[in-house]
Amino acid sequence: MEEKVISTGIDEKEEYVINMGPQHPSTHGVLRLVLSLKGEIVKNVEPHIGYIHRGIEKMCESITYPQIIHLTDRMDYLSAHINNEAICLVVEKALEVDIPDRIKVIRTIMSELTRIQSHQLYWASFGMDLGGLTCFFYGLRDREKVLDIFEETCGSRMIVSYNCPGGLMYDIHPNFQKRVKDFVRYFRKTLPEYDDLLTGNVIFKERTVGIGRLSLEDAISYGVTGPSGRASGFSCDVRKHEPYSAYDRVKFNEVLFNEGDTYHRYFARMEEMRESMNIIDQLIDNIPQGEYAVKMKPVIKLPEGEYYQRVETARGELGVYIISDGNKNPYRVKFRSPNFVNLSALNLMAKDFKIADLVAIGGSLDLVIPDIDR
Amino acid sequence: MNKTELAEFIKSLEPECEVKEGKQFAEAAVPSTKLHSLAKSLKENDATAFDFLVCLSAVDWGQDIGVVYHLRSTKYSHMVVLKVRTADRQNPAFDSVTDIWMTADFHEREAFDLMGIRFKNHPDMRRLFLDSSWGFPLRKDYVDDVNIVTR
Repeated sequence: MEEKVISTGIDEKEEYVINMGPQHPSTHGVLRLVLSLKGEIVKNVEPHIGYIHRGIEKMCESITYPQIIHLTDRMDYLSAHINNEAICLVVEKALEVDIPDRIKVIRTIMSELTRIQSHQLYWASFGMDLGGLTCFFYGLRDREKVLDIFEETCGSRMIVSYNCPGGLMYDIHPNFQKRVKDFVRYFRKTLPEYDDLLTGNVIFKERTVGIGRLSLEDAISYGVTGPSGRASGFSCDVRKHEPYSAYDRVKFNEVLFNEGDTYHRYFARMEEMRESMNIIDQLIDNIPQGEYAVKMKPVIKLPEGEYYQRVETARGELGVYIISDGNKNPYRVKFRSPNFVNLSALNLMAKDFKIADLVAIGGSLDLVIPDIDR
Repeated sequence: MNKTELAEFIKSLEPECEVKEGKQFAEAAVPSTKLHSLAKSLKENDATAFDFLVCLSAVDWGQDIGVVYHLRSTKYSHMVVLKVRTADRQNPAFDSVTDIWMTADFHEREAFDLMGIRFKNHPDMRRLFLDSSWGFPLRKDYVDDVNIVTR
């Protein structure tokens, strides 16, 4: 009998264009990537974004500064506390308010807890992206403990809105110090489990080492900051270069690698969790006494001028650029969001790798879509 | 370099610039025709080495419309602010800096999308977030009866 050849209709010489997303588990939200494929090889990645564009920058122009804080939570919801801090710092800098040490120390501890819980979720979802469902349970199990601390002190778990211009919304809960110390002790014990599960895992290493390499020149040219940039050797830690809050009085290392591949983007975050715990250790016993907020005017008006403040979120450098015309609401607010910039380098990194590698590379960038769309 | 030295340096590179020492950074108002050459020389000059475009913001100043560039040097950690503006609100256009800093690609598309500023020589000048039927929402004269509440 003659063999029948069924034409598939797909010429392998041509590029095949498919949609990945907007609803796709490994895009971590509503991100649509239009892929040009040659067989299984990715030739071009074109991100289509804007599915949850809410116009936060436009909204900011019609509300007051204390109100803006509640919008910044909704950008990078995993770094909510750090985003709040950016707005508070810029307002305090503009009004030349002196912030007591107590507030600075509490803010720093909360920022580092935020960073830890963000990296925990990163670890959980990155493991799941690569097929290790166990990671998701381990990661979320430990993250709950941080969220419980937030809940006790801030009243909410993720969207904390704990900072306000001039200080904090409320004082820390009496249990705060004890619970944070308990958590750090607990997490020091469980973090090696993370390493056992993923870091040394052969399958994981095969999927990540050497995949999606980003050179230092490209990292700077594309402006890739945060752990993703530092994995390429780009020294961009705002906490080191322009210390804000209490970062100038703690000792910690800036995690830097030269390889710039997916594995080191992952590993940089693991190391950052250890550094964050070191920072918390140095501060938690030395929270100075005093007021938790400075009395500010009921209506905050920034003097006419332009202000730029940057902070280090869990994903990179968040810049806030405010133009004030002297009114109670800003004339123009621009958020330089780290995810938006990091996403632009995705095409460069994923080119000539397989689709499955694209999932690993995208996962290693730790994208949070509301921060991209704003 | 500190603010004063940077301001003087930019003035010497491009005498048509209006430089001033701002509260935080040295600021330079650049004529739009000189923007690209100044940006290129600021990056390539060893004394300044501005290799990192931190932030690119489109701003509507009422009469004028323009772009603000925050540049940083990863070598010296100094920063400078460049500003270009044009009175042409119908078709504002500046030179793209995508060939100097790759990160400008997304930033300029965002500026085009939300403020309607075109960038010449940009490789892919399309809207980023919104549909092509939208206006340019970050402009001050943008009207939306439904979603913007005026008090």
